[in-house]
Amino acid sequence: MSEIAANMAGNVWKILVKEGDQVEAGQDVAILESMKMEIPIASEQAGTIKALKVKEEDFVNEGDVICEIE
Amino acid sequence: MVNRFMSKEINHEELRESIERGGGDKYHEKNAEKGKMFVRERLKRLLDNDLDVEDAFFANAMDGNLPADGVVTGLGKLNGQTVAVMANDSTVKAGSWGKRTVEKIIRIQETAMKLEVPMLYLVDSAGARITDQIEMFPNRRGAGRIFYNQVKMSGHVPQVCLLFGPSAAGGAYIPAFCDIVVMVEGNASMYLGSPRMAEKVIGEKVSLEEMGGARMHCSVSGVGDVLVKDEQEAIEYVQKYMTYFPQNFRSRTEEVESLDPQAFDKSIADLIPDNQNAPFDMYELINRLIDVDSFCEIKREFAKELITGLARIDGKVVGIVANQPRMKGGVLFHDSADKAAKFMQLCDAYNIPLLFLADIPGFMIGTRVERAGIIRHGAKMISAMSEVTVPKICVVVRKAYGAGLYAMAGPAFEPDITIALPTAQIAVMGPEAAVNAVYANKIAELPEEERPAFIKEKQEEYKENIDIYRLASEMVVDDIVQPNDLRKVLKSRLDVYQSKNITFTERKHGVYPV
Repeated sequence: MSEIAANMAGNVWKILVKEGDQVEAGQDVAILESMKMEIPIASEQAGTIKALKVKEEDFVNEGDVICEIE
Repeated sequence: MVNRFMSKEINHEELRESIERGGGDKYHEKNAEKGKMFVRERLKRLLDNDLDVEDAFFANAMDGNLPADGVVTGLGKLNGQTVAVMANDSTVKAGSWGKRTVEKIIRIQETAMKLEVPMLYLVDSAGARITDQIEMFPNRRGAGRIFYNQVKMSGHVPQVCLLFGPSAAGGAYIPAFCDIVVMVEGNASMYLGSPRMAEKVIGEKVSLEEMGGARMHCSVSGVGDVLVKDEQEAIEYVQKYMTYFPQNFRSRTEEVESLDPQAFDKSIADLIPDNQNAPFDMYELINRLIDVDSFCEIKREFAKELITGLARIDGKVVGIVANQPRMKGGVLFHDSADKAAKFMQLCDAYNIPLLFLADIPGFMIGTRVERAGIIRHGAKMISAMSEVTVPKICVVVRKAYGAGLYAMAGPAFEPDITIALPTAQIAVMGPEAAVNAVYANKIAELPEEERPAFIKEKQEEYKENIDIYRLASEMVVDDIVQPNDLRKVLKSRLDVYQSKNITFTERKHGVYPV
């Protein structure tokens, strides 16, 4: 099990996966909105989304976990 | 201890062969298991034709157990240019430094300075021999002199570190003072205190990889610049890297044959999104501007929101500083500002023109970055960018907001030219933020249902006000170029600016924000 974390502070604009989804390495799992920009957050590994830790419109700080992947 | 050499009569050939073999077989085997080459094999592969001359080959020969005193020094050719090298032999007491090791390193540095040729450091060393400390540590020509020399050589001749093994304690400053550090994953490491020492002295339990490994240094601390999978890749990277540099600050990199960029289906115009807030991959733009296969990236794994690398356009060398909207929106952070500052100094020192590709919403805001000192790191970047005297070309690809415009060599910072693409947008801030800032009270007073229309209208007004043709009419930007013509325009600009010769200002030196 590993974690996909926000790489900068911002608001969660869109979550692109749901629990149980299969993702590829490099696939975007969420898009943050920060500094008026869309910030895609990609998974560094392939796997299954185990748990989503945030919902849309939540504020996340750098390092906060967005979801868990296995 | 068996003394191999101290027979009554020294046989010259036997002694020579013995020194050439380096340390004992078991150390050679151990290295081979880790994928490490013998020091002489490394030099053979790195240089065009092995070492042409070797210095102090017999250093410490009378000891009998310390061939060449654990370091090979000499001169050879790399890409046809003379270079000086220092290469640790980790089969000899783990490449540790004794009195003669240090003296050999100092002498080859002095040679590099006298000849004004690049200095390459092939590092694989456990650090000081504590038993020899009085002879090699505190004195005038002790290890401290190595670092003093490196500082003096910086900007005079290129200094490159290939890190094949550990670089421990004081030794870790050899890479730190180089222009660039290439680290082999799994074997290379840098640390001031080993994990064992960390546990004893401060009670921290940590692995070597986590504390001082190659991946950590190339992606987190930024002390390493290039992460490679093995020694051969490190050697090939440095062979390529050196093609972008002259021998010293007095000369210029030679022009090579011009090559077309890699062919793509999508043109630059198709690539850049109209929506300023949508991400796109800046590498795709870079690849369409430069000669095919000419990109030599520095710090690819570190502060990825900013791309820095050497390339060729029309056969001429150029240093590229580009925002990467795909990562963190291309926003500048403390680490990316730091990365840019060193890269610009590197290019300026060796007469390499700089090309800025700006697509930047500004510097990051918030508690995290303020505590990390983003203001002083930003100041460092702007300071380095202001001081460079090489040709400086600013291309505004899309947005350049706030201090982002300044950091990316905006019009006030004496670029030789500011070029805008039709998608460029230059402003203190983007339309959304500006309308919020100016009309916050007014928006709050309006009934809820009238707000979106009002905001939209004001944003449109704002966009008209900062229209790029208006800015060109006011001569804020010097030219607006169609995206698919950008390479052609850059070729001409780089050509005409070649004779640029200016002095930034007269003084001893600035007081650098660091």
